[in-house]
Amino acid sequence: MNASAMRTGIRLMAAVAITVIFLFPIYWLFMISFKTADEIYAYPPVWWPHSLNWGSYEVLFKDGDAKTVWNSLVIASISTVIAMLVGTLCAYSLARFRTGGEHLSNWIISQRMVPPIAVVFPIFLLYVFFGLVDTYVGIILLYTAFNLPYVIWMMRGYIMDVPRALEEAALVDGYTRWQVIWKVVFPMCRAGLFATAIFTFMFAWNEFLFALVLTRTEVATYTVQVTHYFGGQSNFWAKISAMSVLGTVPIFIVVAFLQRYLVRGMSLGAIKG
Amino acid sequence: MSAAAQARHPTATADRGFKLMLVAPSILVLLLIGIFPLVYLLMVSFQNITMTDMDKSFQGLLNYKLLVHDTRLWQALWHTVVFTAIALPIELILGLLMAQLFLDKLPGRPIFIALLVLPVMVSPIVAGATWSLMFDNRFGPINQIAGWLFGKEMTLLWTINPSLVYPAIIVAEVWQWTPFMFLLLLAALANVDKSQMEAAAIDGAGYWRTFFKIVLPAIWPVMAIAILIRALDLFRLFDIVWALTKGGPGTSTETISMFAYVKGFQQFETSYTAAVALLIIVLLSIIVMWALKRVELSR
Repeated sequence: MNASAMRTGIRLMAAVAITVIFLFPIYWLFMISFKTADEIYAYPPVWWPHSLNWGSYEVLFKDGDAKTVWNSLVIASISTVIAMLVGTLCAYSLARFRTGGEHLSNWIISQRMVPPIAVVFPIFLLYVFFGLVDTYVGIILLYTAFNLPYVIWMMRGYIMDVPRALEEAALVDGYTRWQVIWKVVFPMCRAGLFATAIFTFMFAWNEFLFALVLTRTEVATYTVQVTHYFGGQSNFWAKISAMSVLGTVPIFIVVAFLQRYLVRGMSLGAIKG
Repeated sequence: MSAAAQARHPTATADRGFKLMLVAPSILVLLLIGIFPLVYLLMVSFQNITMTDMDKSFQGLLNYKLLVHDTRLWQALWHTVVFTAIALPIELILGLLMAQLFLDKLPGRPIFIALLVLPVMVSPIVAGATWSLMFDNRFGPINQIAGWLFGKEMTLLWTINPSLVYPAIIVAEVWQWTPFMFLLLLAALANVDKSQMEAAAIDGAGYWRTFFKIVLPAIWPVMAIAILIRALDLFRLFDIVWALTKGGPGTSTETISMFAYVKGFQQFETSYTAAVALLIIVLLSIIVMWALKRVELSR
């Protein structure tokens, strides 16, 4: 075996070891949800379940706790659609007409960085006044507002990447401004729209603090529900893991389609894929 | 593109009404979270509203004076700084090492990367829940593995013992966010000009010299953004700690966000919480303004 193959072999072993270490907690979380109570509370711990036991999930659906996943889906989906629609139009104006100059763009991205706890406190008092606590409208509105800076910032970058020539040709052909946006710009940055929407959805889906403060029972999200299973004396491991898995699987599935855009999306557009 | 060159493009100009119509809805929504909270917090922080008292009279700097002498507040701020100062460098260095490992061709490279990025996608509250399963003193695997390594039974109380809670929280935090650093730094390293590195090698520069003189300056812009994003996230650290310790034992792992939560939503000290929230905003704004001058986020 030559030196180069040897080197690759060692790197491969290191890569496998690191991947196993990073994935093990996720394996453990998933595996607990399929264990029976006896297996969960076994000492020493059982490293793999002897059979796939769906009991933990059945309990969640029977008790209605699984509805919190539905709440998460409704809240994350609607807030994503609104934020994408409103934000992309704003982004188009910023990218093409430089509306408000650099100052407006910088102000918008700085809104991304405000600390959630400082925002949610006055919002909560406002919502109490307007009766918006524990309603879809209230939490969707806040997620939309909180995700808007991200959408505007990312879409501004994607729109800037689209060459103007097609838009100009469309204008010459007699398209209205709105038609240019709808029929030329949106299709041209389809991939960017898709990637940004997935990230926006994920932020709302995974969010905890806003949901903890602004939801009670009616529209509680799965992240809030997970914490309900932590008891003072004992924790309901089966429910914690099963509920976590229900909330995590959808994200893993959508992220699988996102690989090419991950870096750009996570670096706030600083690195183009 | 210069302003003059841009003006010649028909797509670069539109009537004012159209430009503003596109922007207006977003600005309106952003004012809701950008301006309203600030104004409201400022107003309430000069009153004295508590759970038992709806005193809306002007109280001057009362709450700000309380704030200065609140040791629990400053401890919470200190905990936040400690978490950041320990977790961030570890994430950075581990991420950089992993990026180096995966930089060159490797069989199955895309699959490894796709798998390694999964922890970032998990909700932080789920990450915290996962690690509370991992760290359980009897039924969790961590004590079991520690037992094998040390050859005796381990029953460490990772989420209760004051000297173990910090390592436990930092492990969870590092587990979730090292892949973030890894992915960004991998992209940055892949863009480093290879010919420069080869030229340095020909000139007889060693590995470290090449790294510090050529690689590090080349990846620094990306590294700075990654550090900024993570630092801002760590400053508002809440979810993972909430799931693992709820700030305990006592208040020994309470972060500044958790402190504000307890004051506002459990003790209902409305006016005092407003002052704390403003303090958080001011501190964060200082960090952001300082950092944005040094980081090239826009083009």
